[in-house]
Amino acid sequence: MARRISGRGPEQDRSRRMLGLFVLACLTLITLDARAGASSPLNPVRSGVGSVLGPVEDATATATRPFDQLAGMFRSNRSLRGDIATLTAENSRLRSEVATVPLDRKRLAEYDALSQTASETGYSLVAAHVIAVGPMQSFSRTVTIDAGTSSGVTKDMTVINNDGLVGRVVDATSSTATVLLIVDTTSVVGGRLGTNLEIGFVRGRGTLGDSGRLTLDLVDNAVEPSRGDVVVTWGSKDGVPYVAGIPIGVVESVVSSPLNSSRQAVVKPFADFTALDVVGVVVPNGTHGDRPVITAGGTP
Amino acid sequence: MSAPRDAVLAVVVALAVVFQAVVFRFISIDGVVPNLALIVVVVAAIARGPEFGMITGFCAGLLTDLAPPADHLAGRWALALVLVGFLVGRVRQDARSSPLMAVAVVGAASFIGTSVFALSGVVLGDGALPIGSMLQVIVISVLWDLMLAPFAVPALLRLFDEARPGRLVR
Repeated sequence: MARRISGRGPEQDRSRRMLGLFVLACLTLITLDARAGASSPLNPVRSGVGSVLGPVEDATATATRPFDQLAGMFRSNRSLRGDIATLTAENSRLRSEVATVPLDRKRLAEYDALSQTASETGYSLVAAHVIAVGPMQSFSRTVTIDAGTSSGVTKDMTVINNDGLVGRVVDATSSTATVLLIVDTTSVVGGRLGTNLEIGFVRGRGTLGDSGRLTLDLVDNAVEPSRGDVVVTWGSKDGVPYVAGIPIGVVESVVSSPLNSSRQAVVKPFADFTALDVVGVVVPNGTHGDRPVITAGGTP
Repeated sequence: MSAPRDAVLAVVVALAVVFQAVVFRFISIDGVVPNLALIVVVVAAIARGPEFGMITGFCAGLLTDLAPPADHLAGRWALALVLVGFLVGRVRQDARSSPLMAVAVVGAASFIGTSVFALSGVVLGDGALPIGSMLQVIVISVLWDLMLAPFAVPALLRLFDEARPGRLVR
């Protein structure tokens, strides 16, 4: 620059001008991304960055996995931990079985539900590890899993784990996919009460951990959800983005205010979002990819 | 600026973004992790002034906005970190005066950066939480960054000083 004189004046001017430029650039980016929505010009860039950083995240996760296990070794020995893991898995499987029993009974009582129950046992799963978690500072609850389009995972697929519904795939690169957890504030899941089949919408509250709860708004405000009611997904057309009959959580309390036209139930999710590791992505039957497809509901 | 030095800095920024999503999840408190990218931007601004701080902030922020688990509108972290780079660059003389001051600057920058990000979410209606929970997240993240600063700042400062262009060989 020609006007580079010693002294702070011009230099400060220059950095102010630069600040203005950068702020404008950021605002342009935000506007572009916000206005264009799904056809955002930033989406190709996003998936480009994803396909470069995804494998890096995967490699870092693989490299640091032993450290995570090392931390566990201090608490108890390996075989005990193995026993605990097996028992916990069995427990949560039994719990979700018990939880869906009232629903299944109701369904059976309904004439046409038989075929639906039969079709529900036909879900196929692709198993994946959670390799990265979006920081809470970003105020969105998303995780990266190590399965992508090469394993048959694409956008708007249901993600579950041993305990229940986890979320849905919002973005997929060839080797990784981004999952929006149901506790995120932007997540809305169609839910159904297990005891009376009433439908409603389950929204995330943005917090996880012990205080992580979901909110259920019932469509019919004359219905009173009761404590302990199990909420399952009601499912969408062709199972996009959520397939039917996946347990979400259990009603913990009911809040009804005269101002609100509908009753709100507080739902405690089955899945533990602070300890997500192995998850399953529900894929269409007959999916072929670079990793094996597990057929769920093998038990008759 | 020479290409190899830029490459080193780019790798540092990329690693910071990857590490805070992959490695730090094991030590997160309610999902809040140390904001490594922000600390890198703060050190860049302390080492080389507001302009370099803003460039680093823009790149690191954009990468945070676009790297896989992110699902918010692109440009929000970039905006927050550009402001951090500018403001820290302005007080760099004070920040260099003592290690304690540098740590304090990291704390202040962490508060400003996370708050700007949170506010942009409120304005845009993009993944905003109730103010109470937001404040809680901001406080935890400031504490995290303050804890990490005494270790990260000297190490990164040395790296940035060594990679300074036109630096005379000893």
